[in-house]
Amino acid sequence: MAETRWMTINMGPQHPATHGVLRLVLELDGEIIVKAIPHIGHLHRGVEKLAENRTYHQVIPLTDRLDYTNAMGNNLAYVLAVEKLLGIEVPKRAQYLRVMMAELQRIAAHLIWLGTHVLDIGATTPIFYTFREREEVLRIFEEVAGGRLTPTYLRIGGVAKDLPEGIDEKIRDFVKVFPQRINEYETLLTQNIIWLKRTKEVGVISKEDAINWGVTGPTLRGSGVKWDVRKAFPYSSYDEFEFDIPVGTVGDVYDRYIVRLREMEWSNSIVRQALDRLPKGPILADDPRVVLPNKEMVLTDIASLIRQFKIVSEGFKPPKGEVYASVEAAKGELGFYIISDGSNRPFRLRIRPPSFLNLGALPRMIEGSLIADVISTIGSIDIVLGEIDR
Amino acid sequence: MQVLYLLIEMIVKCVVVFACLMICVAYLTWLERKVLGHIQIRYGPNRCGPYGLLQPFSDAIKAFFKEDLIPGRADKPVFVLAPMISIISAISLFAVIPFGNQFTIPGTDWVVKLRIADVDIGLLYVFALASIGEFGIILGGWASGNKYGLTGSLRAAAQMISYEVALGLSILGIIILSQTLRLTEIVHQQAGGFWNWNVWYQPMAFILYLICGLAEINRTPFDMPEAESELACGFNIEYSSMKFALFFMAEYAHMVTMGALAVTLFWGGWQPPFPFLSFIPGVVWFSAKLFVFLFFFIWQRGTFPRLRYDQIMKFGWKVMVPLALANLLITGLVVSLKG
Repeated sequence: MAETRWMTINMGPQHPATHGVLRLVLELDGEIIVKAIPHIGHLHRGVEKLAENRTYHQVIPLTDRLDYTNAMGNNLAYVLAVEKLLGIEVPKRAQYLRVMMAELQRIAAHLIWLGTHVLDIGATTPIFYTFREREEVLRIFEEVAGGRLTPTYLRIGGVAKDLPEGIDEKIRDFVKVFPQRINEYETLLTQNIIWLKRTKEVGVISKEDAINWGVTGPTLRGSGVKWDVRKAFPYSSYDEFEFDIPVGTVGDVYDRYIVRLREMEWSNSIVRQALDRLPKGPILADDPRVVLPNKEMVLTDIASLIRQFKIVSEGFKPPKGEVYASVEAAKGELGFYIISDGSNRPFRLRIRPPSFLNLGALPRMIEGSLIADVISTIGSIDIVLGEIDR
Repeated sequence: MQVLYLLIEMIVKCVVVFACLMICVAYLTWLERKVLGHIQIRYGPNRCGPYGLLQPFSDAIKAFFKEDLIPGRADKPVFVLAPMISIISAISLFAVIPFGNQFTIPGTDWVVKLRIADVDIGLLYVFALASIGEFGIILGGWASGNKYGLTGSLRAAAQMISYEVALGLSILGIIILSQTLRLTEIVHQQAGGFWNWNVWYQPMAFILYLICGLAEINRTPFDMPEAESELACGFNIEYSSMKFALFFMAEYAHMVTMGALAVTLFWGGWQPPFPFLSFIPGVVWFSAKLFVFLFFFIWQRGTFPRLRYDQIMKFGWKVMVPLALANLLITGLVVSLKG
């Protein structure tokens, strides 16, 4: 009798639909997946180790490059951790600006997800529509922070600069138009029979499994778990905003799709609320240890000059201790765990990337399904290799 | 003399049809990119010549000068043969398509019929050649020695063969109605205005034909054999240079033929929609109708996602084939009851 062997296919790291450099080794019985093993590490840049050799301020730009679709959210998670370590109270205006930027970033990140996910499933058009909107968000970022993909806008104790003149009009315009744009995507997809066929009952993960695998974010909520760090442990004044946590029921690709669409609507609403209620006041905490002095003062006052020099060259020395802070990033719970030995650099910085844990559950979702489902499932858990490999 | 004239006429017609088809294919790629571009809020090609009109030529030149790679693990003769099979079958399909009626060369009594060959078994010829074309795709994926290519060609084999069944069955109704396989005869029977077109007598068959046609030419939502995001191009993954271009041209030529066949069978071929418009040459009507179909093929590509392989198979066997059979049965009953 002939021996039966499965066909092994190496999907990635160069493959149009593995979202970067994910490598999947698939054992196939025809087109059915018998076994799937994700191999990661192709994008490893040693961010955690790099952080140990940088002052606390210098780590912020590194965080932009973790999940590069969600730079503002990454900044936020890191500065929250450091602020917790220092015990700094951030002014209300800065908190609101952070929320606004984080939510705009969530919209931008979800737009990338929607475009690429739909492209993977074979529809070539929506990606251009989503990138049109994403472009508007990035333009706002460019004006606010100076950068588009990696704005590095947040600072320890607040934000880098206040809103430029006239930007609130632009944000308002975007916020007004965006719900119609979501409708536009929905007319192309939500009721489309082919879309339903490709996403319903595909890549299912049950509530229990999702929790056991440590899945977070829209992927977890798609399975029906009402868990969102913004609600569970409100940070940066999230408790002052009105929003709901959309959840799915089945935990399939379609539910995750719907959850993310609804999330974009809520994010849009949060941006509007933040803009409407934006308090006046300083944008940086009044803490001379960490916050750079006013430029005017630096040029006229010797003490401020020395302070500026000290912070820029040496950084600051937080107290000894360990701290963990997490935010609800676009992909899920993004956490930073910092061990401080009292020096000006983190002794150890550990990142809890949501994509990493979500990817861990991928084999569970796709084993027994078809190659085509692998693609739609990878798309639906929305991984970014930048934060998986770090 | 007569034989010589006939020979000259045939050669001229072959050359003209071939050239027109090739230009049509070239500009179909341009049209597709342009239309898709505007659907997708971008411009499409606009650098080469006015409105990017020279783009197909620049693409052709590029394809010629690319390095022609044959992978080490490939089955060489088959690998080389596959694109040839594809393109030859796609082009020769056009031989039986009547793209106009006939005209007399002024000053003589020589009648030129606007089709290369007017064979009795026109429809059978079309299906036979279309099936041969599939060998190109199947062998191409198989011979390239690549697993993605193999998967792509397996999908192609399964999909095209099963949709060919439904496609053939959907057209049987037309054959029952017109009692002939000769394409010119079918067109002649649809003369006298658009209300005489077969599409009104066989609406079900028309829809089935369009869907199966899409599957035949491997376009979204049935672009399984390629499935760019899954199989990284599928059957043509290892092809480069002119061999790839041949597959590409074959696909578009096939698309033109599918459209032309739809025009011939369902939309009255070269016949004008109203009898009083018959002063406009049939070729113009034929081209206009063909354009509608080609635009439809492009348009739906900009709209739909891709179905999954098993869903396509299920859809083919459990929906398309039974519907085609039902259509055939009803047509047969009606025709035999009317006597």
